[in-house]
Amino acid sequence: MAESNPVVRLTNVARTYRAGRLEVPAVRGVSLAIPARRFTTVIGPSGSGKTTLLNLMGCLDRPTGGSVEIAGQDIGLLPDKLLSDFRAHTIGFIFQAFSLIPVLSAYENVEYPLLLTGMSATARRRATLDILEAVGLTGQQSQRPNELSGGQKQRVAIARALVKQPALVLADEPTANLDTVTGATIIALMRRMQTEAHTTFVFSTHDPQLIGHADEVYAIRDGILVDHKSEATP
Amino acid sequence: MMLRIAFRNILRNARRSTMTVLAIAVGVIALLVFGAYAQYDLYLLQTTAVERSGHLQVSRAGALDFGSGNPAIWGMGDHQAVMQLIAGDPVLAPMTAVLTPVQFLDGVAEYPPNKLSRTFFAAGYVPADLSRLKRWDEYGARDPNMSTRGLDPSDSSSGIMGLGFARLLGLCRRLHLRCQDPPANSPIHESAADISSLPSQDFSGLAETAVPAAGHGARATTIDLLSATASGAPNIVSMKIGRVEPQGSKEMDENYLQLNLAQAQQLVYGRGTHKVSAIILQLHRSEDTATGLARLKALIRQHRLPLEAHDYYEINSYYGQTEGFFNAVFSFIAVIMGVIVLFTVSNAMSMSVVERTDEIGTVRALGVRRGGIRRQFLLEGILIGLLGATLGVALAFAVTGLINISGMTWLPPGDINPIPLKLYLVGAPGLIVSVWAALIVAAALAALLPANRAARLPIVDALRHV
Repeated sequence: MAESNPVVRLTNVARTYRAGRLEVPAVRGVSLAIPARRFTTVIGPSGSGKTTLLNLMGCLDRPTGGSVEIAGQDIGLLPDKLLSDFRAHTIGFIFQAFSLIPVLSAYENVEYPLLLTGMSATARRRATLDILEAVGLTGQQSQRPNELSGGQKQRVAIARALVKQPALVLADEPTANLDTVTGATIIALMRRMQTEAHTTFVFSTHDPQLIGHADEVYAIRDGILVDHKSEATP
Repeated sequence: MMLRIAFRNILRNARRSTMTVLAIAVGVIALLVFGAYAQYDLYLLQTTAVERSGHLQVSRAGALDFGSGNPAIWGMGDHQAVMQLIAGDPVLAPMTAVLTPVQFLDGVAEYPPNKLSRTFFAAGYVPADLSRLKRWDEYGARDPNMSTRGLDPSDSSSGIMGLGFARLLGLCRRLHLRCQDPPANSPIHESAADISSLPSQDFSGLAETAVPAAGHGARATTIDLLSATASGAPNIVSMKIGRVEPQGSKEMDENYLQLNLAQAQQLVYGRGTHKVSAIILQLHRSEDTATGLARLKALIRQHRLPLEAHDYYEINSYYGQTEGFFNAVFSFIAVIMGVIVLFTVSNAMSMSVVERTDEIGTVRALGVRRGGIRRQFLLEGILIGLLGATLGVALAFAVTGLINISGMTWLPPGDINPIPLKLYLVGAPGLIVSVWAALIVAAALAALLPANRAARLPIVDALRHV
C-alpha cells in the first residue's frame, strides 16, 4: 500500500443507536485519515464514543451516516459475508478482556485466524510458532487461557491479532485489565510488534503510558472529534 | 478446528452434556427395547400364521371373502394342475419350501359317550406336508408350546385336537391330559345332551360313505364330525384323536382341528369330486412374499385361471392389525422421546449460546461468517446427539441381552400358555439405524434454533455481553 493512502479514512461518520423511541448519537460527523504504519490512539472519557469509533473502523458495526474506508475498501458497500472475509484478511483485534477461546490452547488460539484465511497447514504452523516466539510464549503454547496470567493472555491476543499480518490492528483499551508493570510490558511489546510487522495500530485508551507511545492521538468527546496530534513520521 | 471446539465445549460443560446425552440415550433405549419387543411379537405372529397357512395361498376367486360360508362350493377341482404350474415356475419354485393343498371346513364335533358336542373349524393337510409347514422358523421365534409333529401318514382318520377342545368334550381323564373334565353337575351336560341326542339318532343314516371308525369302545378314541356337503346334505366321519396339543390361542385351542386331507375332503365332498380349498405356498424367506405374490398373480392372469392369490397379510387380518397397533404405539413413544430430546438439547444449546456470547462476538470479529457460527452450534448438537444415540444403542443391546438371558416369560393376549420373553434387537439393523439416525436428526433440529440465534447476534452486542 502506498504511504500516501491512509489505512483508515472516515468521512463525516455518524453512528446513532435507537433505544425505543430515543435516538442516542454515539459518534457524530467524525472525519479522519490514519496513515499506514502509525501507532495511533483514540482517547476520551468513558462514553465519549471511542469503542463505537473502533467498532466502525473494525467493520464490526456500520455507520448510520458518512463513509468508512479501510485499506482502500468502502465497507458500507460490503454484504455481511464479504465483510467477514474482509475482517479475516485485513484486520486484527485485541480486546480489553483478551477474549481468547477458552477451549483452545495458546497455540490454537493464535492459529485460529489463519484457518479463516485458507493458509496451508505447514505455513500456519510456521507462522504461529514464529509469532508465539516473538511475543515470548514459546513455553506456554499448549496451555489453555485459564492456565495463563493476564499478561500472557494479552500476549496471546496480540499474537492472534498479528499472526495474519493484517493491514490494521485495533485494540480496545488493551491494558485496562492489566496492572501497571504488565501494562507497560504489553505496550512495549505492541510497539515493537507494530514496528517489526510494519502495520498500523489503532487503540483506544485512558492509559497515559500508552498515549505517550502514540504517533497519532485523536481525542473524542461526546462523539465528536475534538483534537488531533501527530508526531513526525519516524 | 470446528470439530475440536465442538467436542471440547461438550467436555467443558460435562455435567450438562452428560444429562443431555443420557436423555437422548434413554430415548434410544426406550425406542429400541420396545421396537425389539414388537419385532419379536410380530415374528411370533408371523411364524404362527405361516406355519399354518403359509406365506401365500391360491384359491378360487372370491373364496377368501365368501369361502368360509360354505367351503364345499368354493373348492378348486383342478388343484393338481395348478400345483404343477407353480412347481415348474422358475421364479416360484426356488423360493418355495412347501407347496401343498389344504381343505378348510367347519361343522359340529361330538364325543357320543359323553353326549358332548361343539362346533369346530378345521383344516385338512397332507400329513407329511403339515410337519414340514410346522417346522418353518425363519426368525427362531416359534412358540415353544406348539408341536412340530404332523399327522399320522399311516392312518387317514387320525387328526389333531386342541387341549381346550378335548376339555370341552370331556376327554381329559380318558386321554390322560393335563386338564379337567366338566363336572358331572355342569350345565354343559344339560345343553350338550340335548344337542347330541339328535345327531346320535341320525348320523349313521346320513353318512354318504362308510368311513371305518375305530369305534367308541376301541382303544383309540374317536369323535364324530358332522358337516354339510356341496349338495347341502349332512355328512359324518369319525376322526381318531391321534394327538392332543395346545393350539396357542384360546380360540384356536377350543375350536380347531387338524385333519388328514383325505378325511377332510371325504367330509366336505362325500362321494363327489374331491377338491381343495386352497394351495399353500410356504416360502423359505418371508422377504420373498411380495415377489411370490406378484408372480402368482401374473401366472393366474397369464393362464386365465379363475383363481386369486393372497399373502399372509390378507389371509390373517389380525397380523396387519397387530402390526398397525405396534406401529402406532412405537410412533407415540417416538414422538414423546423426540419432544424430550428436542427440549433437552435445545435447552442445553441455548444455555451454551448465552454463556458463549462473548466468544461468538470474538470469532465473528476474527472473520467467521454467520454460517460458521450456525455450523459450530449445529455440530455441537449433532455431536451430543451422536454420543447419546450411540450410548443408547449400546445400552439397549445390554438391556435386551439381559432380558433375553433372564428366562422371563409372558402370556400374550388370548394365548393359553406363557412363552419366553425375547427382544429381537440383533436381527433388526433397520430399526437400530433408523432410531439412531432419527435421534441424531432430532438433536440437530433442536440445535438449529439456538444456532440461528447465535448466528444472528450483532457482533458489537455479543462483544459487550458479560
